[in-house]
Amino acid sequence: MQQTETLNIQTSIDIVLVRQAVRQMAVEIGLSLVDQTKIVTAASELARNTLEYGEGGTVKLEMLQEGRKRGLRLTFEDQGPGIPNIEMALKDGFTTGSGLGMGLGGAKRLANEFEIQSAVGEGTRVIIVRWK
Amino acid sequence: MEHIPILEMGNFLLVTIQVDMHDQLAMTLQDDLTNRISQTNADGVLIDISALEIVDSFVGRILGNIARMSRVLDAQTVVVGMQPAVAITLVELGLSLTDIWTALNVEKGMALLRSSLNKTKNQVKWRADDDAAD
Repeated sequence: MQQTETLNIQTSIDIVLVRQAVRQMAVEIGLSLVDQTKIVTAASELARNTLEYGEGGTVKLEMLQEGRKRGLRLTFEDQGPGIPNIEMALKDGFTTGSGLGMGLGGAKRLANEFEIQSAVGEGTRVIIVRWK
Repeated sequence: MEHIPILEMGNFLLVTIQVDMHDQLAMTLQDDLTNRISQTNADGVLIDISALEIVDSFVGRILGNIARMSRVLDAQTVVVGMQPAVAITLVELGLSLTDIWTALNVEKGMALLRSSLNKTKNQVKWRADDDAAD
């Protein structure tokens, strides 16, 4: 299995493909079933955000190794309209779309590390890491 | 177009989700189920999600929609078979399926639907008896 993989997110079918690829890497790293489920669910939320708000984009999957610690880092990137107010977007229940507004805040809770950068008119990058 | 099969069992509809659901498929299921409840006059809907490896906020919303729509059409929905890892993740995600009845497995879900149906029927019968006494 390769250590890095980049997938396109352009249709709702791609969300399923992202979930499958994340699951496969999470199994490879040896994450527990609960941690696999958490990272796959977080990936599903972020992939949908990339599609719905970012007008499509990519996700990079990377296996990490720090000493004996292994982990999985996912980087979601889009060149969409960006998020004007990140603090607001992270609040549960806040949505400008058709969802429940759990996506960003939920994904943050399901990951060990969470980072978001966004510039209006330029796009958004969200990085999550789950360690074993 | 892809559809998730809906089985009829007496006055109940039975759905077993066996595939990794993409968003369009989930929305198709929502439409199909709502139509079938109305066509078949079903009293209950049982959705088995034991094969689902994740439930994200989108699928959660669809399940909630199905439960509320079936309620409006006088049917009760019960979701059964959620994997423990999925339940843990759902709670951490922050999603509470408050409008949805859940049961551990198909057997318990069926029992729940039957008992809720009996209760409603008894209430109706009661009211009829009251009228007769007047």
